[in-house]
Amino acid sequence: MASGVRPRVKAPRSAEAGEVVTIKTLISHKMESGQRKDSDGNVIPRSIIHRFTCDFNGTNVIDVKMEPAISTNPYFEFEAKIPEAGDMVFTWHDDDGSVYTETKSVAMA
Amino acid sequence: MEFSRRDTLALGLGAAAMTVLPFRVNAASEDAITEFTGGADVAEGGVTLTAPEIAENGNTVPITVSAEGASAVMVLAMGNPTPGVATFNFGPLAGSQTASTRIRLAGTQEVVAIAKLADGSFARASSEVKVTIGGCGG
Repeated sequence: MASGVRPRVKAPRSAEAGEVVTIKTLISHKMESGQRKDSDGNVIPRSIIHRFTCDFNGTNVIDVKMEPAISTNPYFEFEAKIPEAGDMVFTWHDDDGSVYTETKSVAMA
Repeated sequence: MEFSRRDTLALGLGAAAMTVLPFRVNAASEDAITEFTGGADVAEGGVTLTAPEIAENGNTVPITVSAEGASAVMVLAMGNPTPGVATFNFGPLAGSQTASTRIRLAGTQEVVAIAKLADGSFARASSEVKVTIGGCGG
């Protein structure tokens, strides 16, 4: 299920030192719950993203464990403290072993 | 196969018993809570769960959890086939212990958030969400 997976992240390009910024992330993914059945009555196997993490210069911001009850195209909004200029790395872990990453650089204002 | 009057009555009883089955789901969510808290007492308050009162589409219900100083917040949907929804673990650079996402709800039910607070105690909040169209597919 690695087709058409596209992460999108909205993060500020620059911030004051110590500023708290709001981050919005969205990744296109079917998030097949394992509860649905196809037209022949067979259960469609579960295929979801089960973990999402956000790190800033190697320090963790948020780490989310996800279950099948997370909607299609998982969306997260949270706040991060920016102590210095650096890179914000977002990772999504798929059930099939794929890891999707996205990096956003934040400069000092 | 012919159904006698007795068979029909038995079938009816069986169907009635099926409607009582959601109790088993409650047991699963109790297990999930115990696993998260380690059996510790859970107090009311100290965590905020924002969810709509009425959700037209159970496939995407926006929720927000917020708990001052919490290290982790677990969200459970009590009426879903599997009660677990998500566990938010906040790291050292989290600007605030707040997160929003969109969840699936199978039907009208109670959504519960349990937070592990900075002092190691646990707090819970719940919100009843009315769902017009369930989000579990056919």
